[in-house]
Amino acid sequence: MSTVLPRAGVPGPTAASATSTRTPMDDLLATSAAASAHATGHATTAAPTGAQMRPVGSLVDEFQSGLDAPICLTWELTYACNLACVHCLSSSGRRDPRELSTAECKGVIDELQRMQVFYVNIGGGEPTVRKDFWELVDYATAHQVGVKFSTNGSRIDAAVAEKLAASDYVDVQISLDGATAEVNDYVRGPGSYDTAMTAMGHLKDAGFSGFKLSVVCTRQNIGQLDEFKAIADHYGAQLRLTRLRPSGRGADTWDELHPLPEQQKELYDWLVAHGEDVLTGDSFFHLAAYGDALPGLNLCGAGRVVCLIDPIGDVYACPFAIHDEFLAGNVRSEGGFQGVWQTSELFLELREPQSAGACNSCDFFDKCRGGCMAAKFFTGLPMDGPDPECVLGHGEELLKQRGDAFIPKPSMDHSKNLSKRQRLEKAAAERGITLPPEGQPLPVRQNGAGIPDKACDENPLAGFGTAEVVDRGASPSVDRLAGLGFPSRLEG
Amino acid sequence: MSTPTTAPAPADATTQAGAADWAGGHEFSLDAAWTLNPQVALRPERFGALAYHFGTRRLSFLKSPHLLTVVERLADHPTARAACLDAGLDAAQTATFGKALATLARTDMIVPRNPA
Repeated sequence: MSTVLPRAGVPGPTAASATSTRTPMDDLLATSAAASAHATGHATTAAPTGAQMRPVGSLVDEFQSGLDAPICLTWELTYACNLACVHCLSSSGRRDPRELSTAECKGVIDELQRMQVFYVNIGGGEPTVRKDFWELVDYATAHQVGVKFSTNGSRIDAAVAEKLAASDYVDVQISLDGATAEVNDYVRGPGSYDTAMTAMGHLKDAGFSGFKLSVVCTRQNIGQLDEFKAIADHYGAQLRLTRLRPSGRGADTWDELHPLPEQQKELYDWLVAHGEDVLTGDSFFHLAAYGDALPGLNLCGAGRVVCLIDPIGDVYACPFAIHDEFLAGNVRSEGGFQGVWQTSELFLELREPQSAGACNSCDFFDKCRGGCMAAKFFTGLPMDGPDPECVLGHGEELLKQRGDAFIPKPSMDHSKNLSKRQRLEKAAAERGITLPPEGQPLPVRQNGAGIPDKACDENPLAGFGTAEVVDRGASPSVDRLAGLGFPSRLEG
Repeated sequence: MSTPTTAPAPADATTQAGAADWAGGHEFSLDAAWTLNPQVALRPERFGALAYHFGTRRLSFLKSPHLLTVVERLADHPTARAACLDAGLDAAQTATFGKALATLARTDMIVPRNPA
């Protein structure tokens, strides 16, 4: 293992995603895998019979064109985290002063109840560090919004475990990215393995069976799948494996952490062998070209049946796409979350049929649908081409050809490990201004009224205006969603 | 937490589905009285409905508006068969729907009810 220094960790990409479904069903019904059921029904097609029955398309077709309300969604409550995982998809670390207040969060929950969004996957950051975390969980479950939350386990002591075990409506997901401390702590930070194991011990002792042990599959842990399963079995948990995405800080570590081609095959074979017992967030559809499709809808639910609400109320198409290109709106806007979901230009575009682009001629397109939108975007690949981890190798070829092409960076970065200068540069970039060279004085504050020019006056650059304006639109040369060969998966 | 079954529902929907393989699951009969589990919420959709069980955190998709109608009317009829009849289903359709209802019973989405 080489360049990634051990740092601490956040609930990784797992903070966010959905599980697949596995039950082949009769024609009229599709049922999700148990608890933490997720957006995906099994991909059987509806076959209403009889003359008086209105024909209905397959569930996939229905979902592709979007529903009036999401099936479920991911809600990251805070960017604050006591860990600093090197692959954190939301680049979490420090709280954002613009985060939704308790009252605003309850307002969102009220909306979700009205829209009949039956459950949310709560993540962060580390959601339990919010002082009102339990108040919000209780409020949600009292308003017919079930909760599954992702945690690194640091706040799951014996008393909390008792409380969780007593509630039917709350599910817990413990993040662990190595079956040994060595492998886990390399990614998630020193001590994080012991923290997770201790938390699972408390849950087991409290009689909470069936909580989730959630693992992001990496080059370093693919060889530990059996060990992960044994750990899950020992604690009475259900194992959940998800894909590493090049999102957030994951963009900087993906090259080192993402599984090698031969490991992808190993993972695929393992999933086929253990399919019924292991949840996957429907996140490995890009492996389908090895053979049979893995269980799941093979559909990207982003903006169609799932989405992300981030800590400051921004609504993104999916948890792996925290970037302006995938920002649909904010829950604080006049129409609230419902307005964003139902009328945002981005989401309406996503619900239109998408082009297969370069993957059009591939025999496996129906299974993998070109892979993951976010994985392509954050590796700088065209949206209407193959996934960077395409098992036929097409993505790798493109990555080689890509060279030094501009690779998009996440629009938000709350990492703690930035120097003061780096924070200033980041803040300047967010405001479209250019900093003077290091050592020269910063521009003079122009806003005499003392009114913050952004919601946050805490930022060192709030209130400053400067000369050169950087064109923010100059970021990735991707015509928004034009010709996206849209991916397939319901992550929520 | 139990894992979902992979066993197909019996071809003859009037026979009982395989033994309950979920804690809390129920063996189904078209000729018994049923009702929606009070812990389950339904959300109508173009294709049918979402059904979410807050206790097991299980989500199901009812892939026919008629199935939604039947499920909603179960509580008003002495038997599931009568609810199917009321929804305008013929015998063959009732058999098909019986398989879906058996799955809903097995997953505790619908529960037995005293016919009184």
